[in-house]
Amino acid sequence: MDQLTIAGRTFRSRLMVGTGKFASNQQMAATIAASGAEIVTVALRRVNVDDQQDDLLNHIDRNKYLLLPNTSGARDAEEAIRLARLARAAGCEPWVKLEVTPDPYYLLPDPIETLKAAEVLVKEGFIVLPYINADPVLAKHLQEVGVATVMPLGAPIGTNKGLKTRDNVAIIIEQAIVPVVVDAGLGAPSHAAEAMELGADAVLVNTAMAVAGNPTMMAEAFGKAVEAGRMGYLAGLGKQRNQAEASSPLTGFLREE
Amino acid sequence: MNITVNNQIRTASAGQTLADLINEMGLDAARIAVEYNRDILTRDTLATISLQDGDVIEIVNFVGGG
Repeated sequence: MDQLTIAGRTFRSRLMVGTGKFASNQQMAATIAASGAEIVTVALRRVNVDDQQDDLLNHIDRNKYLLLPNTSGARDAEEAIRLARLARAAGCEPWVKLEVTPDPYYLLPDPIETLKAAEVLVKEGFIVLPYINADPVLAKHLQEVGVATVMPLGAPIGTNKGLKTRDNVAIIIEQAIVPVVVDAGLGAPSHAAEAMELGADAVLVNTAMAVAGNPTMMAEAFGKAVEAGRMGYLAGLGKQRNQAEASSPLTGFLREE
Repeated sequence: MNITVNNQIRTASAGQTLADLINEMGLDAARIAVEYNRDILTRDTLATISLQDGDVIEIVNFVGGG
């Protein structure tokens, strides 16, 4: 399988995995291992002074996985920039999954605040991976300010609805000069395969694995789907047509013609 | 004196440094980030800052997220 390159760094896996919503840190660790992912996302929150939990980082081997902190919870550019800087201060490499989601119901990303924050963070030396709606024009603007990828959503976060934004994601892929990572809403391995067949460079999955009856098996299934989808894309898919085209010869039938 | 840590009032003693506070709270400085009156600090400065009455401190760490 061909490698994924983001900001000059290469990865064998084209599946990124989120670490939220797992029943335990042990289950999270087993799931990311089963997925084959090399990039895992984390969030930054206030330390709970009264009830300190088992530290997530005890379960993630930093030599094996690139920790990609997100700016989840940010409602505007200022909050996102603050979170990105804090993540760097907490010892992360300067990679950030930039998300600005002021709307608590659909968690749709704010395009204007995302672009503002991206511009500032790129100037500060961050490798910025912005979470966006599947808007090809916004994707272009973000690429112009120097983001490392664009991460269009398939459907709102945690909805498991799949690649509802397919046509716009296709345009983003067609025009992109950076890797396109389909993020959010992919609820089944087939959704991930669909995004990869379309030409996405990678996908990010969290909820679908975390809420599965068997998260590690689901992670493995997503890993295979991503590889299958990528291979299908590289192999070159046949064109769709309306009329049937026989696969078997149209001569030598056992009848008089 | 009173300081605010993660939106909760807490008492601190005179001469106590930020590094002392983090120790007292049982936190590992390598796993957290600290904001002191809105300034993000690097780890090596934690021991150089003496707490003052009214200080506002935010301490964050990594949690699961997508």
